[in-house]
Amino acid sequence: MAVSTSNESTTAVVEGAAIRPFRIEVPQEELDELRRRLQATRWPERETVADQSQGVPLGMIQKLARYWMTDYDWRTVEAQLNALPQFITEIDGLNIHFIHVRSQHEDALPLIVNHGWPGSIIEQLKIIHRLTDPTAHGANAADAFHVVVPSMPGYGFSGKPATTGWGPERMGRAWDELMQRLGYTRYVAQGGDWGAFVVDQMGLQAPEGLLAIHTNMPATVPADVDKASLAGEPPPSGLSAEERRAYEQLLRTYEQVEYARMMASRPQTLYGIADSPVGLAAWLLDHNDADGQPAAAVVAALDRTTSDTGELTRDEVLDNITLYWLTNTGVSASRLYWEYKGGFFNAKGVSIPVAVTVFPGEQYQAPRSWAEQAYSNLIYFNEVDQGGHFAAWEQPELFAREIRAAFTSLREKGRLS
Amino acid sequence: MSTTVETATEIRTFDIEFPQEKIDDLRRRIAATRLPSKELVEDRSQGVQLATIQKLARYWTTEYDFSRVEAQLNALPQFTTEIDGVDIHFIHVRSQHEDALPLIMTHGWPGSVIELLETVGPLTDPTAHGGTRDDAFHLVLPSLPGYGFSSEPAELGWDAARTGRAWAELMRRLGYTRYVAQGGDVGALVTDLMGRQAVEGLVGYHLNLLTAVLAIGDHLPKESEEERAAAAAVATFREDGFGYFLEMATRPQTIGYALLDSPVALAAWMLDHDTDSYYKITRAFVDGEPVGNLTRDTIVDNITLYWLTGTAASAARSYWEDARALAAALASGQPPPAVTVPVGFTTFPGEIWASPRSWVEAVYPGLAYFNEVDKGGHFAAWEEPQLFSEEVRAAFKALR
Repeated sequence: MAVSTSNESTTAVVEGAAIRPFRIEVPQEELDELRRRLQATRWPERETVADQSQGVPLGMIQKLARYWMTDYDWRTVEAQLNALPQFITEIDGLNIHFIHVRSQHEDALPLIVNHGWPGSIIEQLKIIHRLTDPTAHGANAADAFHVVVPSMPGYGFSGKPATTGWGPERMGRAWDELMQRLGYTRYVAQGGDWGAFVVDQMGLQAPEGLLAIHTNMPATVPADVDKASLAGEPPPSGLSAEERRAYEQLLRTYEQVEYARMMASRPQTLYGIADSPVGLAAWLLDHNDADGQPAAAVVAALDRTTSDTGELTRDEVLDNITLYWLTNTGVSASRLYWEYKGGFFNAKGVSIPVAVTVFPGEQYQAPRSWAEQAYSNLIYFNEVDQGGHFAAWEQPELFAREIRAAFTSLREKGRLS
Repeated sequence: MSTTVETATEIRTFDIEFPQEKIDDLRRRIAATRLPSKELVEDRSQGVQLATIQKLARYWTTEYDFSRVEAQLNALPQFTTEIDGVDIHFIHVRSQHEDALPLIMTHGWPGSVIELLETVGPLTDPTAHGGTRDDAFHLVLPSLPGYGFSSEPAELGWDAARTGRAWAELMRRLGYTRYVAQGGDVGALVTDLMGRQAVEGLVGYHLNLLTAVLAIGDHLPKESEEERAAAAAVATFREDGFGYFLEMATRPQTIGYALLDSPVALAAWMLDHDTDSYYKITRAFVDGEPVGNLTRDTIVDNITLYWLTGTAASAARSYWEDARALAAALASGQPPPAVTVPVGFTTFPGEIWASPRSWVEAVYPGLAYFNEVDKGGHFAAWEEPQLFSEEVRAAFKALR
């Protein structure tokens, strides 16, 4: 008995470490069931304001729901995902789903890209080929990346943790294990939103193989400013105009995080995002950016049926919501907020090389002065003029250019050889 | 023109009738519920536990009798009347004792008139419930605008102060020129604002929640053990128990979609109120050991009322209105108007913050009645209707 158990567990470890190919095949009855629920939606009455100050407006969500249950086609994105090499591997007791696209350029730089909430791997689909195949996208072979895009634990096709403890710190360690398992001994990491928290934690952990991180939601706020902004107090004296603007943006953001407060305290109470498709859609849509809540960039996408330049479209917004629905991960994803007890935008003391891109629609526009203090080894800093909180999703071309530029100096130094 | 006005101020009798197809649809939806994975903890720290919700859903579809509460409500005299553009639903039970004291009592969130039903007997018919005829009240139990069978305001501005003015109009319309008021939770806010607006006819009021703590809590004393415990409870609530409050105060429409479309979402949202009542309700469903009148039936009655009237979003919106009003009041820098009528207060031990006498006196300097009782929580009238009624009698004794 003991021998058999021991054998079994050995086998299990081997199987766990194994990397298994993965394909998505959602049964038709699940898609039918989603349509049925959408058709049976019981709506509240209209909001009593003419703007978005009471939440996602009835007219907006009804229009989206109508398209979702009539013309939207999940099979399109399913085929798009299945055209990419996808895998599952068990790390730290949990199945991790990831996309892994190797560049044809063998000496490409390995890169792990971490999505956020209310996002998923869907956010990153448009940047993958721009990064793995730069010569087809106006860049050089020397800019190539081998790209790994994991689904965070509790998100998408990764497993749902059954025990507490899967915060960004543990995810960071899991991503290092994943990169090692893929044979990448030197790599870089990128993230926005929760992905930014994870790459900051990876920066603090500084595993041997991690050369640098790039973040599009940098944590740069000095301690005194952080304290004042969280308390809603006047800013410390001596801020430059740019810092003052960032401070005002932080105050605005902290008035738009009630969804985060709810998920950080009572994620399990959100039964409605498991049981009601429109309940889920409204909850996911109500994330802010600098220009609105719901995010102005996402609201604009709801009226964009196609885009030649890669801008966010209505279908992509629904791809992401539908992924949450079909995997029933609304609540398990919310638990990440409950797990994390650390600070938000405060400087955390990362000392490995860091690259930062500031997008204008982000929660706050990190001033260079703060970025230089927060990241003692800042290798790249750039402010761009388009894109927001969902930068990779909104402006994939610009985003890919930034990622290439961010890590150029690492390649030039020949640290990769 | 004049006909319209007369029609509007008319008081119409009201009976509840739950259409069978709505009940069938509700049952169907509960049975088809798609649940999330189980929480990762053994307590309520991640929210309403899966086992509690599963037990509640099961009870709701299999054992719960939808016609009982309908009959219970219809056994009471119910009316609607239009005030300030909103149809107000209310229960109005006159005592057999003609000189009884008129009392308007206001429920809160996530409550309704269901919370108050078991106080009707003790308050209107005291001699049958351990009191004397001098304890009798003529009782008015309105449904807040946007809640239950009152209609949903379609325009902005229905904050608690406006509701308070509507209650004064309601009492005037009922012919009560000298009356008292009572409230807990949102009802406490409405009642207090009736006092601060000095509405005509109000001669005193009783509260079982000190809502001022949310505005001026930082300025209340924290010296004695009791005061420190209350301050700690307020801090815990703000830190950990405030999620639902903030969501409704800022994004009522967003959460409304889930609450209108999913009965289980609605049930969970309503159960996730305060720690004390959550565990009491969980005991009723999971362990079959209800506390006081917080029974499975009355809990499901209240949730069913929200569901069948489709009022979760409009009720949540009252938080949005009150939060705006509070922010405006704080921004004005002006203290609220002083209260000129006697105020009574009862502290129930399970309340979110059990207010010490010193806090209540700081808010109401001329406090006319104060008592701390030994059982009951946030839903005091619901959980302990007899004890609660005795407190209301005692609080208003001096006004008779």
